[in-house]
Parts: sequence; structure tokens; C-alpha cells
Amino acid sequence: MSELLIIAVGAILIENFVLVKFLGICPFLGVSKKVETALGMGMAVTFVMVIASLITWLIQTFILKHFGIEYLQTIAFILVIASLVQFVEMVVQKTSPTLYQALGVYLPLITTNCAVLGVALLNIQKEFNLIQALVYGAGAAVGFTLAIVLFAGVRERLEYANVPKSLRGFPIALITAALLSIAFLGFQGLTF
Amino acid sequence: MRIYKEFQKGLIKENPVFVQLLGMCPLLAVTTSVENGIGMGLAATAVLLGSNVVVSLLRKLIPAKIRIPAYIVIIAGFVTLIDMMLEAYFPALSQSLGLFIPLIVVNCIILARAESFASKNDVVTSVSDALGMGIGFTIALVTLASVREILGNGTFLGISLFGNSFEPVLVMILPPGAFLGLGIILGIMNWVIQKREEGSAS
Repeated sequence: MSELLIIAVGAILIENFVLVKFLGICPFLGVSKKVETALGMGMAVTFVMVIASLITWLIQTFILKHFGIEYLQTIAFILVIASLVQFVEMVVQKTSPTLYQALGVYLPLITTNCAVLGVALLNIQKEFNLIQALVYGAGAAVGFTLAIVLFAGVRERLEYANVPKSLRGFPIALITAALLSIAFLGFQGLTF
Repeated sequence: MRIYKEFQKGLIKENPVFVQLLGMCPLLAVTTSVENGIGMGLAATAVLLGSNVVVSLLRKLIPAKIRIPAYIVIIAGFVTLIDMMLEAYFPALSQSLGLFIPLIVVNCIILARAESFASKNDVVTSVSDALGMGIGFTIALVTLASVREILGNGTFLGISLFGNSFEPVLVMILPPGAFLGLGIILGIMNWVIQKREEGSAS
């Protein structure tokens, strides 16, 4: 149990996917102008990441390893993630139109979110078992959501700040992200 | 003439990083040293070159509806190839770039070039486009990596620059330094562009 807790806390805080590992920077910078949309994106990513962790782990163990074709890992995983995102989109659309409305726009974007492929590859690299892989996937997704929501909160206020002309827009967002990243560095010393 | 124009646009005018703001993840992650920056840039250029050539050759055969999955498979194929070659011939580089080599698959620059250029142009111009964009990406990587390595470690390509009395700004090598460095570089570029516009306006 404590081992799973360490994996989860490690993925959420100590090695935060966005601010320490630099995975999923595109949506982090692109969809973080408002807290609400940031939260929607976070939820969609959480959903896909956990399912992707499960399916890619099963594929790696029962297909790629079984037939000794591990070198096809990258190709297999990206195809699985792309079709998974499509599938999730269709299921959500059929079963819960309200959730689809909320997530709609962000779902297709997730295919090119490197955090999803990253988590799938890291699960294999770290030689996790199925439960550990699921916990790591969920932790990474919660870490992503935490970072993007915090960042969106700061950016909402930046709208009203008097920023030097040449730093407006993207540059000041990056400098804000740097400060947030410094704050997350504080978790590096966290041990159990 | 046209071939040169397609090559040259990627370097500065339509630089994939500084102007189009694509490919941020590898840019921020691997620029802790100039050596890594060059390695990443060349690996991405090689993949871009391969995928642009194949996409351009097959542009009349791939049905429009399934073009994105088809492009992704082509790109993933080249990434696997480069990944294995780096592991065989440059094990140290492969080690330090780590996860970010397979993640070239989801680098938006490569998919963007396949979708917006190679699928509409012939092979020769696609090659020059790939080289221009790839080198533009490498320039961006090396610029950010130089700032970070010089300030954060006091070295350039591993060569010590300031002697022992230099106290490195450690934060530049750590993750926050990537955001900070890129933010300031983009800020300076905006400042230069605005100064120029003001100059031409008055």
C-alpha cells in the first residue's frame, strides 16, 4: 500500500509531469487561459491517461512481449492512443451528452499530448505491474490537472496586470510557469 | 529559386519554435546542455526529412479521410528507426535524451509539416522544407541550450568559459530555467521587432 502511495505522490508532486518532466506543455500553455476550460482539459486527460495506461500495459505484456516484437512499441502505442481517444469520444458522446459538451473540444487534442504517450512508455520503462501502472497513470494525470488549473488561476489575474509591452502574451506566461516550477522544486526534498 | 525559398523560410521567418511556437516539450526538456540540443535537433530533422519524403511520395495514394493516422504511422516508423540507430551508435546521447526520442512521434512540428506542406508539394520542395524547418528547430534548441548551459554551468559544449571563480546560476539548468530562458528570449525578440516597427513608422 505505502509503495503505491509513494508512486502516486511522486507522480503528482515530486516529479510533476508538466513542471518537472516537461510532458504535455502544448495543452498546458494553450488551454490555460481560464480555470474552467483548464479543469475540463484536466478531466479529459485524466480519463484518457488511466485507460491508456491500462491498455498499453496489457498490449506490451500480452502481445509485444509474447511475440518478442518490443521494437514496435512506439508505433503500437501511438496507434492505440489515437484510436482510444476516438473511441472515448464516441462513447462519451453516446452515453453522456453533457460531459461531451464540457469536454468536446479538448478530446481530439489529447492524441498529440505527449504526456499520454509519455506515461505509457514510462510505465514499461519503470517495469511496473498493472496496479502500479494504473496508479502512476492516475497520479500523472492528477499532477497535470493540478498544474494546469493553478497556472490558469494565475493567468486569469495576469489579464489585468500591467505587463511590459514586449512581454505580453506568451513570454509572460512562460515566466509565470517558471515561478510555478520553482515552487514545485520545493517538493524535491519530500521523503517518506 | 523556389527550393531555396522553401529552405530558408524555416530558419528565421517561419521558425517552428520562435514564430510558430511548436515543439515545446522537447525544447524545454532537453536543453540542459548544447550537446543534447544539437542531438535532439538532428534526430528530429532526420525524422522530419524521412516523413516529408514519404508523405510527399504517397500524397496521391493516401485517402483524405484517414490521412492523419497514416501520417502518424509513417512518422512513428522513422522515429523507431532513429531510436534504434541512436541506441546502437550514440549510446550516451540516447541515454541523456531518453524518453524524448520516442516522443518525437507526437512532436507537432513534424505532423504540421506533413499535413500543411508535404501532402501538397512534390518531393524536392518537401525535402528543402524539411531541412529548413529541421535546422530552424535545431537553431532554437541550440540558442536556448547555450543560454542555459553558459549561465547554469559556466560551460559551452563542455568547455569551461569563466574559470573557477564563476558561480553558476544553478536554477537555469533546473526545470524552471527552461521556462525562464525561453520566456526571456521571446521577450527580447518581441522587443527587437517592436523597436524596428517603431523605427519604420516614424
